[in-house]
Amino acid sequence: MSELNLTSAPAHLRHGSSIGQPLTRRDGVLKVKGQATYAADNHPPGMLFAVMAVSSIARGRVTSLDVAAAKRHPGVVDVMTSSHKPPLAIDPEIKTNPFVFRMEVLQSDEVRYANQPIAVVIAETLEAATEGAVLLAPRYETLPPLVGLDAGKSFVPPVVGVGNPTENHRGDVEAGLASAEKQIDAVYETPPQYHNAMEPHAIVASWDGDNLSVDMPTQGLMLSLGRIAELFGIAPDKIHIRSPFLGGGFGSKGLMSGPPTLGIMAAKLVGRPVKLVLRREQMYGPVGHRAPTRQRLRIGADGEGRLTALDHHARTVSSTFDDFYEPAADASHTLYAAPAIRTSHDAVRVNTGTPLFMRAPGEATGSIALESAIDEMAWACGIDPLAFRLKNYAEVEPITGKPFSSKALRACYEQGAARFGWAKRPLQPRQMRDDAGLLVGWGMGTATFPALMFQAAARAVIRRDGSGAMEIGAHDMGQGAWTALAQIAADGLGLDIDRVAFKAGTSDLPDAGIAGGSAHTATAGAAIHSAGAAVIAKLADLATTDERSPLFGAGNAGVIARDGKLFRRDDESRGESYSEILARAGVAEVEARGTGAPNPAAMEEYAMHAHGAVFAEVKVDPDLGQIRVTRMVGAFAAGRIVNPHLVKSQLFGGMIWGISFALHEEAITDRRSGRIMNANLGEYHIPVNADVPPLDVITVEEHDPHVNALGIKGVGEIGITGSAGAVANAVWHATGVRMRRFPIRIEELLTQL
Amino acid sequence: MKQFDYVRPATVAEAVAAAAQPGAVYLAAGTNLLDLMKGGVSRPDRLVDVTHLEGLDQIEHLADGSLRIGALVSNADLAHDAKFAKSYPAVAEALLSGASAQLRNAATVGGNLLQRTRCAYFYDTASSCNKREAGSGCDARDGENRTHAVLGWSESCIATNPSDFCVPLVALDAIVEIEGRNGRREIALDALHRLPGDTPERDSALEPGDLIVAVRLPAAARGFAAHARYLKVRERTSYAFAVVSAAAALQIENGKITEARLALGGVAAKPWRARAAEDVLKGVAPTADAFQEAAWRALSDAKPSGDNAFKIELARRIVVRALTLAAAGTPVRLPALPASPFASISGAIHV
Ligand SMILES: Cc1cc2nc3c(=O)[nH]c(=O)nc-3n(C[C@H](O)[C@H](O)[C@H](O)COP(=O)(O)OP(=O)(O)OC[C@H]3O[C@@H](n4cnc5c(N)ncnc54)[C@H](O)[C@@H]3O)c2cc1C
Ligand code: SF4
Repeated sequence: MSELNLTSAPAHLRHGSSIGQPLTRRDGVLKVKGQATYAADNHPPGMLFAVMAVSSIARGRVTSLDVAAAKRHPGVVDVMTSSHKPPLAIDPEIKTNPFVFRMEVLQSDEVRYANQPIAVVIAETLEAATEGAVLLAPRYETLPPLVGLDAGKSFVPPVVGVGNPTENHRGDVEAGLASAEKQIDAVYETPPQYHNAMEPHAIVASWDGDNLSVDMPTQGLMLSLGRIAELFGIAPDKIHIRSPFLGGGFGSKGLMSGPPTLGIMAAKLVGRPVKLVLRREQMYGPVGHRAPTRQRLRIGADGEGRLTALDHHARTVSSTFDDFYEPAADASHTLYAAPAIRTSHDAVRVNTGTPLFMRAPGEATGSIALESAIDEMAWACGIDPLAFRLKNYAEVEPITGKPFSSKALRACYEQGAARFGWAKRPLQPRQMRDDAGLLVGWGMGTATFPALMFQAAARAVIRRDGSGAMEIGAHDMGQGAWTALAQIAADGLGLDIDRVAFKAGTSDLPDAGIAGGSAHTATAGAAIHSAGAAVIAKLADLATTDERSPLFGAGNAGVIARDGKLFRRDDESRGESYSEILARAGVAEVEARGTGAPNPAAMEEYAMHAHGAVFAEVKVDPDLGQIRVTRMVGAFAAGRIVNPHLVKSQLFGGMIWGISFALHEEAITDRRSGRIMNANLGEYHIPVNADVPPLDVITVEEHDPHVNALGIKGVGEIGITGSAGAVANAVWHATGVRMRRFPIRIEELLTQL
Repeated sequence: MKQFDYVRPATVAEAVAAAAQPGAVYLAAGTNLLDLMKGGVSRPDRLVDVTHLEGLDQIEHLADGSLRIGALVSNADLAHDAKFAKSYPAVAEALLSGASAQLRNAATVGGNLLQRTRCAYFYDTASSCNKREAGSGCDARDGENRTHAVLGWSESCIATNPSDFCVPLVALDAIVEIEGRNGRREIALDALHRLPGDTPERDSALEPGDLIVAVRLPAAARGFAAHARYLKVRERTSYAFAVVSAAAALQIENGKITEARLALGGVAAKPWRARAAEDVLKGVAPTADAFQEAAWRALSDAKPSGDNAFKIELARRIVVRALTLAAAGTPVRLPALPASPFASISGAIHV
């Protein structure tokens, strides 16, 4: 968006290349001044406010709504219900592609989970709409809800995650277990968690005839565009979505969900622009969550501490009406070189909103169980946890036998352990105390996350004034796309970052794919890189075919683009500026497109993952059971680091999520009603500043020639993996008590201390 | 939102008259009340904003050695008043262990005393709750109740009082000054909050229109300044309500405890003064055995109201620790992590 006043910190000097520079985020000043326009900050003229009424039961039917009472309330304009709403072009229950989830947009009276939207009140003010929603006083016919991991008969889902096989195996697990000298058989539980982005889901929608204008935070502009087009039966080019900033998404803003769809419907119903923003508690239902898991790990090891078998089974839940299965057991595919591995899943259906991807889906839940179990096995074998992991270091991907495209995990272990001082760790638990008598423990975990790529396109322009532009419908969720992708653009165009107009965040720009799977920088970056190369090639054609250019005839030797000039590769004293080339050619600008996509051949040949090693120190009060993390070091290898500053922030954030996973975060569901009893940030605990120690992140050098042209792996999610397990293992090392239910609760520790 | 009247009385008398009407409530900083209104838990017809009343924001050291804290003094101003913190260190520590800096800057003394329970079923209007709606039932009783009461509860309500501030106050015999329709009266803080019995809908002894104007700490309360601590176990290091907390205050002469004060938080519908435990401690040496004995006494009537038996054991251990810390002496400087078991970690950043 050219109207954004992005700044770059002049304190950072560029030495030839923007990539690799620790630029501070260019949208930082806007954000600090409150000038970054988030979706809900938009107020088009004539806008009305929509408020959802949501179900207080988890299963049953709405039998009555007092629409008349709501409409009588001053300021209320209309009430959208299942019997009074604009028609949709297709049934929202139909899954037109694997990235479409069923949503509740008032298609019936049925209630499938608590906090499901059951009506939308539209009013002149937020206050009137809010009160109107209360006045609806819904009545229900209630059925007993299905709650918890044992809610009903379990079944084996057809796939887990996004199309992963439910079961995988290599080698003979039972034989491996039978031959083992040491065996671990342990069950771990993880709770339901909610994304809880700071910015609630919000939409401002305006119709102008068949044209639809939308302000909405989204991690997937084109997926949203496509879904809106099919739901409302309009051509995609009639829709314009703006999403310049997201106040976090973590997966919950990846796909079009019910609430923003209701906002668009409401705008259609009343013929005026409408704003709909979720209340915090309304985010606990219709916009996804991380499903709970119960994971059983059976591990065998021989007398030398080498794994003989690894069996990882995960039970999870999905909703009663759609399918998403947390692929927790898949975390055991890549890390440890067991000759026999089996991973499997089963599930039950419960009355919740459909679970969804949440930061490191599968890897986060699976990692805390796997890393705990590996720790248990190391102890059973009497081996230091790091030495045990090195003994079982996977030189090829264990589940497939493929070589890794790159894997600097050994360096992560080494550098992380050295920084942390791991060598001084006593093998036995409950050996260390601080001056105040608090128990001290050290734990570690291995981090891993696949290096994924999606598909993206970008458009590059070089103008006669020597400036450039790069356009891509990329998404900044706070991770720093405005900065990191602009750095890649600057290098691709051979310009200083301040000479590049970088445009992103709207649906009229080329498709940047989804900002998810830790793949956005790699995917969008690859498209930008190739668009840059393409536009430079065009410019080079102009120069090398023009007799008047000092570059004439350099076609075969090739040219290099740098600082707004092209140079002969074989003789850098011969060069010419972009302006000169374009001026002489008499064209205002040259333009080219580029794409980024996964390389199927490389994927066939190599296993591609980022890795890391996390070391944590905790202190535990020996009488009271209260736990606090006091030190944490994470060393991560994730290919090329585009912006070390932003990458560190991502890894810090991930590590804090790891602390949260081990110690704090849990949605508490009433076992009778299926309602979430802590649907607010006061009681849904996440770490506060006092829970987060100074974090130390090391980015380990890693060159990967296979993942993509720029060698980028993702960093958005890996920080959680390894970290949660490191904290849990540190609690064991401090206390000698193994906690297998997360988050670790005071009462469970207290009784065993 | 529901429409309501907003009045801003100029005098205490006007305030009392305005608040005595049915459906009227006092509004102080609103950090609790407005949340309750947004959730539809409290639906008043009239808010009587007391924040502009004159003269209620003073901390006065009276001639008889007692201290008078105006109801509108903010939690932060009180805790950071150097003279106050020196004389009543456990109260300052309790205040600073509550909520967040932003909330403490806003929250008032009167509002803190009268904040409502954090029982999730009370907040959830879809649940049955005798406190919110008399006679509707108690969904906490067989629900998710691991943090509910272990003392003084009844079948009709098992909620706890969440205030940290009130715990050392009740230990130190604080007195509440009230202006009502029949003029001024005062009651012991211990008598302000009610146990639920059959009428959990009534939190306190206050009558319609009653305004808390001040809290007084008697002269004797200062005698504990050298040995007074507040300890709060919670589910994260800061910004969480107590699972269980305790205030302990001792006077020690020649190796013997001459006076002891002990109160527990997070265990009952009121800040829980443990007088039987105090009696055990009087006249004995401050030893681990004595503290264990006191802890058993303090919890002798405790029983779980649900999945919360652990709170009884936790409370015992907290009592022992709080007494141990108090006996060791009040720290010269308030810990950077007030009331935390991690208060002793050096280099901690103040919260
Ligand atoms: C997220 C969060 C975390 C918190 N954590 C803690 C914690 O850890 N520990 C803790 O102790 N507290 C905690 N609190 C509660 C906080 O201390 C209270 O909200 C605050 O003290 C209330 O003061 P107020 O002035 O805002 O009162 P209000 O919200 O304005 O009023 C509260 C009640 O008191 C009544 N009232 C107020 N003043 C008077 C008066 N003078 N006379 C008669 N009635 C009056 C009101 O009518 C209302 O019913 C937390 C609050 C929040 C929101
Ligand atoms: S414990 Fe008390 S406040 Fe909680 S639901 Fe029961 S009656 Fe209501």
